[in-house]
Amino acid sequence: MSTPGTNDTEPWPLWEVFVRSSRGLSHLHAGSLHAPDAEMAVRNARDLYTRRNEGVSIWVVRSTDITTSDPDAKGAFFESPRGKEYRHASYYTESEGVKHL
Amino acid sequence: MATAAQRKRSDDAELPEDPAGRAHFDELIAADQRVEPTDWMPDAYRKTLVRQVSQHAHSEIIGMQPEGNWITRAPSLKRKAILMAKVQDEAGHGLYLYSAAQTLGTPRDKMTEDLISGKAKYSSIFNYPTPTWADMGSIGWLVDGAAICNQVPLCRASYGPYARAMVRICKEESFHQRQGFEILLHLSRGTKEQHEMAQESVNRWYAPALMMFGPPDADSPNSAQSMAWNIKRFSNDELRQRFVDMIVPQAEVLGLTLPDPDIKWNEERGHYDFGDLDWDEFYEVLKGRGPANAIRLERRRTAHEEGAWVREAAAAYAERRRVESEKARLEKVQAA
Repeated sequence: MSTPGTNDTEPWPLWEVFVRSSRGLSHLHAGSLHAPDAEMAVRNARDLYTRRNEGVSIWVVRSTDITTSDPDAKGAFFESPRGKEYRHASYYTESEGVKHL
Repeated sequence: MATAAQRKRSDDAELPEDPAGRAHFDELIAADQRVEPTDWMPDAYRKTLVRQVSQHAHSEIIGMQPEGNWITRAPSLKRKAILMAKVQDEAGHGLYLYSAAQTLGTPRDKMTEDLISGKAKYSSIFNYPTPTWADMGSIGWLVDGAAICNQVPLCRASYGPYARAMVRICKEESFHQRQGFEILLHLSRGTKEQHEMAQESVNRWYAPALMMFGPPDADSPNSAQSMAWNIKRFSNDELRQRFVDMIVPQAEVLGLTLPDPDIKWNEERGHYDFGDLDWDEFYEVLKGRGPANAIRLERRRTAHEEGAWVREAAAAYAERRRVESEKARLEKVQAA
């Protein structure tokens, strides 16, 4: 008997939990938990991460379904914005003191 | 690209020395940054964390018992509801911490197995019995108070998942301490018998609570390494002193005395002096010869074994649903 995401040592898959604290805000990563299926993961997430009204909505995602950028290549991978300060409003200083700009 | 599963590694797999990884790790620690599960880390660092985080998780889970003991006999519906919420929090804290330990590659089942076989340690404070209702007050005020002292600096521990779990735990723990204080305050201001019950309970819990910070610095060989790795931020004795400085004035508010005749304000140090603790007792309890070691483990083992059918049923149900949804998907494909 096996559900996707299980292995020899972890009989239940690991789920990442995302909680939306109120309408209009994004779901934010709250933590992870173990559960046999998605439905149980949502129920467990409610008990584990929203005991004090922390949320109005929960997403669960199997940890194995998450693909991450390569941590070893993060220098090259995130290099492009570097040296491009002109993408920020703070780069433009000559308008200082001018109102509503 | 790596999936989370690929990033996981087995606990005892020997990691080859990786000079670039080592340099990166040293840089992170020197800059007081967080180490994440994907980062290379020395085996000793990983082992230290697995031990500390899983022991911490076990303590939360075993810690449900001394208080669970009073749920059915809480003196009012309000107190019962509060106590249930608190015990539920302890379960939650245990689960946050088990999840953090799992990111280090240690399977949940192995940790459970180590706990119920008696191989793993947990905080020895939970091996003391809770014979009176006032003990619910003392646990909240003194035991949770000491735990908070210990845990607040852990919110800055160098291992990211552990530090993040601690942030969540500390937020929730503050209600625990206040509700304990309130129980003692009500008893202390109650009848003569109630006041005596509160005092007797504080007398029993004071010294074990102070010992929660661990042995004196001189007898704590692993502390220096943990501090060098930014896991630990303050020494055992520093935290113990901080705790004593906090509870002495609080005891005055409660109208209760702390059972240590040597407690005295030291103007020069700017701290309260306090008497020596009986460390022989601490080591006895740690070795499993405390008043309630056997009963705590026995109850945890029974709960785990008697809950097996729930885990099996949940897994069987999940499997059946998976097969059904797969079948439905295939039928849809064939129909199309």
